[in-house]
Amino acid sequence: MSINKKTRQLLSFTALQIFATLLVLTFLMPTLWMISSSFKSSTEIFVVPIKWIPDSLRWKNYIDAFTQPALPMWDFIKNTVMVVTVSLLGTIVSSVMVAYSFARLQWPGRRLFFGIMIATLMLPGIITLIPRFIMFKDFGWINLTIPIINVYFPWLPLVVPPWFAGTGLYVFLMYQFMRGIPDELDEAAKMDGANRLQILTRILLPLCKPVLATIAVFGLIQYYNEFMEPLIYLSKLDSWVLALGIRAFNDTNVQNWELVFSASVVMLIPVLVLFIVAQRYFVQGIAMTGFGGR
Amino acid sequence: MTNSKRIPWRDWLAGYLFASPFIIGLLVFVAYPIGYALWLAFQKTDLDFGGLTTKFVGWANFEKVFTDPIAQQALYNTAYYTVFAVPLQLVFSFLLAMMLTQPLRFRDFYRAGFYLPIIVPVVASAVVWQRVFHPDYGILNDFLSWFGVPAQKWLFDKNLAKPAFIFMSLWQIGRQMVIFIAGLGNIPQSLLEAASIDGANAWDRITKITLPLMTPLIFYNLVIAIIASFQIFTPALIMTDGGPENSTLFSVLNIYREGFLFFNMGYASALAWELFVIVIGFTIAQFYISQRWVYYEE
Repeated sequence: MSINKKTRQLLSFTALQIFATLLVLTFLMPTLWMISSSFKSSTEIFVVPIKWIPDSLRWKNYIDAFTQPALPMWDFIKNTVMVVTVSLLGTIVSSVMVAYSFARLQWPGRRLFFGIMIATLMLPGIITLIPRFIMFKDFGWINLTIPIINVYFPWLPLVVPPWFAGTGLYVFLMYQFMRGIPDELDEAAKMDGANRLQILTRILLPLCKPVLATIAVFGLIQYYNEFMEPLIYLSKLDSWVLALGIRAFNDTNVQNWELVFSASVVMLIPVLVLFIVAQRYFVQGIAMTGFGGR
Repeated sequence: MTNSKRIPWRDWLAGYLFASPFIIGLLVFVAYPIGYALWLAFQKTDLDFGGLTTKFVGWANFEKVFTDPIAQQALYNTAYYTVFAVPLQLVFSFLLAMMLTQPLRFRDFYRAGFYLPIIVPVVASAVVWQRVFHPDYGILNDFLSWFGVPAQKWLFDKNLAKPAFIFMSLWQIGRQMVIFIAGLGNIPQSLLEAASIDGANAWDRITKITLPLMTPLIFYNLVIAIIASFQIFTPALIMTDGGPENSTLFSVLNIYREGFLFFNMGYASALAWELFVIVIGFTIAQFYISQRWVYYEE
């Protein structure tokens, strides 16, 4: 009787194990196909049924994707690194400041503004798309050439809003985490004569490393992925970011699938590496965000 | 006590100072643009040599929102997509999470595998899926042919293009899955064991214990998924650019076209307001309805 039950349990687990394996392989198919096809020759791509493993690894596809004259891929990469870095820095600095204010300081209107911040999490961003564009145009930030030093810098509409706690979610994550740190630490530091900035940077921030890592990982993915804003703000080819470049690459290489795939893999590699290295911060962050909904 | 009473303004000042990035950002990048969008929705805009010119036209833009067949088509497409994609995403991610909380071997590998599609940059995944759906050389038809399903035209077929987008969205449910996995891990094991001892079978345990305890997270995922689905844009622009025959012209794509390709920014603002009101309306309605089905532990 009990053996029977055990056998049944073992059997159902084996079945589930096999099912899970098949399902995860199905999920991985598009990504694996993309990577495998990025090494194919142009004739191997159009073979039916699909050839999963190319005869030889054509690294040349990657060289071709970077050296074709139409799209300056290196410029796209440089621009992407700059936009993501500046945006991320702004996100972290402003989120930390604002979260500290919400979590630790007493001021009239604090609850109201905190409520507004939570509400903006659910604000459909589409409503501000057009007016923001006009506003930045009025600021003169679109296709801006900085006067006097004469430097072309059209990225202000992308990199400035993150410095103003543009994503409430990160403030909220930070806030939740800071609330979990005992007040006594602040009090003790205050007794020792530390001011608020010192309390924040010397006492709280070192303890906040896990949540900072989570915000950094999420922010990086967010800004790296950003497509619509660069699309409307960046008009000159050499100012584009990678997301725009891949799309244009797709449009101009309708026949050269292998090049489109290799360009896409290039865009995938940095986040893939990040995912492998920092996997626990992804999971941690999502779990924390999830509970934010309670 | 006396100390803090004597100089409250210094605390206040510090509070505002540290919160100032958010307050300024809220005013400049959120509140002002929303106000401006309202004003703009009553203007007719044109682009001429001097820049953007506007002329007050009353309710004309909103009248057009409700009569323009393209706008209606876009709204229908968006609603169609949301109505099918969101429930399927939730059911599918919940089942995945249930599966991946069983004591399987290589569980972390499975979790990473199902999460991976979220990591693939949105543009790259659109570019790849455009080819996954290719009638002749895509892997979807190849895969389906193993099961004897005849080749379909997917993105080239106006009846299958929207289902194709819905199908693709089911590939990107890693975020919901991880939230559900975290929630399932928090369900007290003792509760499930006690129910078992009392004679509850697996189905009863799921429907009477697991599901009720998971309702806050189901609600959270539902709200987020609906907001996101109503605003689908990037895959549509890249994979089909709205076609064939406008069957994947979603609302945001239509707003983008009107605003930034045709420079009808006034009309585009009215369209944005329509979508905005619908999404906010849905969100508020869900919060009301949630009181009937979401279970909060005290």
